[in-house]
Amino acid sequence: MAVEINGKTYETDEEGYLLDINEWNEDVAKLIAEQENINMSSQHWEVVNFLREYYNEFQIAPAVRVLTKAIGKRFGAEKGNSQYLYELFPYGPAKQACKIAGLPKPTGCI
Amino acid sequence: MTGPKKIEAPALRQSTAVAALQPDAMAGLKCYVANEKIQQAIGLPGKLAADWQETHDAAIAKMGELLGKYRSLKVFMDACVHCGACTDKCHYFIGTGDPKNMPVARQDLMRSVYRRYFTEAGKLFPDLVGARDLSKEVLDEWYTYYWQCSECRRCSVFCPFGIDTAEVTMAARHILDTVGYGQKYTNEIIGKVNNIGNNLGLSGPALQNTLEGLEEDLKEDTGLDIKFPLDVQGAEVLLITPSADFFAEPHIESLIGYGKVFHAAGISWTLSSHASEFGNFGLFNGDYEMMRKVALRVRKAALELGVKRIVVGECGHAWRVAYSFWNTLTGIGAGADDPFAVQLQSQLDHRYKQPAHICELTWDLIQQGRIKFDKSANDHRIITFHDSCNVARGSRMGDAPGGQFEIPRNIIRAVANKYVEMPQGTTREATFCCGGGGGLLTDELLELRVKGALPRMEALQQVVDQQGVNFMATICAICKAQFTKVLPYYNHKMSMVGGVHQLVSTAIRLGDK
Repeated sequence: MAVEINGKTYETDEEGYLLDINEWNEDVAKLIAEQENINMSSQHWEVVNFLREYYNEFQIAPAVRVLTKAIGKRFGAEKGNSQYLYELFPYGPAKQACKIAGLPKPTGCI
Repeated sequence: MTGPKKIEAPALRQSTAVAALQPDAMAGLKCYVANEKIQQAIGLPGKLAADWQETHDAAIAKMGELLGKYRSLKVFMDACVHCGACTDKCHYFIGTGDPKNMPVARQDLMRSVYRRYFTEAGKLFPDLVGARDLSKEVLDEWYTYYWQCSECRRCSVFCPFGIDTAEVTMAARHILDTVGYGQKYTNEIIGKVNNIGNNLGLSGPALQNTLEGLEEDLKEDTGLDIKFPLDVQGAEVLLITPSADFFAEPHIESLIGYGKVFHAAGISWTLSSHASEFGNFGLFNGDYEMMRKVALRVRKAALELGVKRIVVGECGHAWRVAYSFWNTLTGIGAGADDPFAVQLQSQLDHRYKQPAHICELTWDLIQQGRIKFDKSANDHRIITFHDSCNVARGSRMGDAPGGQFEIPRNIIRAVANKYVEMPQGTTREATFCCGGGGGLLTDELLELRVKGALPRMEALQQVVDQQGVNFMATICAICKAQFTKVLPYYNHKMSMVGGVHQLVSTAIRLGDK
């Protein structure tokens, strides 16, 4: 599968996760978000950008607890909980936010 | 591409009488097939052969091999008299009404092929005995419906012959794998655990970072140095736990619980970055070699770290693998006799069960008075317990029959004041699967997962309505993830599900034991 934007094609897997994280850019993120019925706000970008930062260091998405803690520390304690993250990404921050951030899908018993 | 499909939960039933059949209701729901890269990474053919005859012959040859190797499979193929006792026992049948999700019909997908190639009557008069050729359509049907079985074994409890559909499903999946028709979710995960050490693909540094974060949090919460040690040489206990315990909610709450138990009891312990996964998806494919490869990581870690005990966390199917297969696969427990198994045998302390379930360890400590609780800390919860299928029907705990039912319940009653049971016929050996077990915990099967959760949700609703239950405890990572996802479809909060050691964590006394 693939998504197309501004004349460029981005390969994805069956579920719409980008195959090559290096191809990611903000436009393709917005397009994926749209397909997930998410309108990207600055709060969404805070999470997506943190995910990419963490992934660059550890080659994996952060644990949900690591994510909530980091978001709370950086952007205000009221944001440091999973309820807030589920409001932003209703299908679950681990999977939906990763998809928008261009990260591979976390797998396992989650 | 479209947005996520809108899925609706079926209405809770007023009566458990079998509803009208919905033929082929789930025929269109097929989970993603593994691509060549995923298949080849675990030593399987990348895809189906271009020539059907080649696939056909390979599948029949594999089936013959499995029938020769596993007497059980042959008995299960021969013994069914179509009495109908199993028909309404499968949660997927109950939730979907699709007759092919009746256990007997699921078995018949293979039985019809078995009769054609392996019985005289089927070879001579196929039409008279319900025998059919293996065609591409039949193989596709296998793929669809053998990946709509969670291998929970509930049907086998009600079968007068004890026919275990889970074993039939495992054999079918094994055959599908061998001809290059594997499932993406399971096979991708097996590749990750082989390469990285866990199903998630959590690298050593990421694991370390997560554990350090936990230590900081607990220091803040309790003022104590509760440790989550990684790769500590010479620790007494090696804890093997599903990697979801490091990553997901509510799983991580149980990990915190294990850490507090070890801390309070003063037991030295460690996790391993090499064997950072308890889950063993090799079981789901019915492939002992796959299962063994995953399990050997545990042995390697145990030998390298020099531990005396191997304790495992809250994970359902993995406990079945550990309890029933680790002995012969790895020598953890008696059975294997290769040099490494013998070495491990002499290293482990046999005053303790090897392996031991964390619930066995915690319950022993409670009985010895080595850990104490403030039960009122759980007073905001009215708790019930969901028995996980592979623990309930595939294994045991403790020294007495039924220990796998009693020990988790005993722990809950020791750490909390308010505990109630769900209705009879939905618990213990008759427990209903959460709806996401056996390799089905994947997003594209969400519709099946929501519908398959129906009977458990009905039982839960009853104790919610009558006794005000607001917490369902379980000891399986898949159950936790599945319920977190499907509870909202049934108008419950996702935080309603959690681990037994989450309850332990809430009530355990740390400073004043």
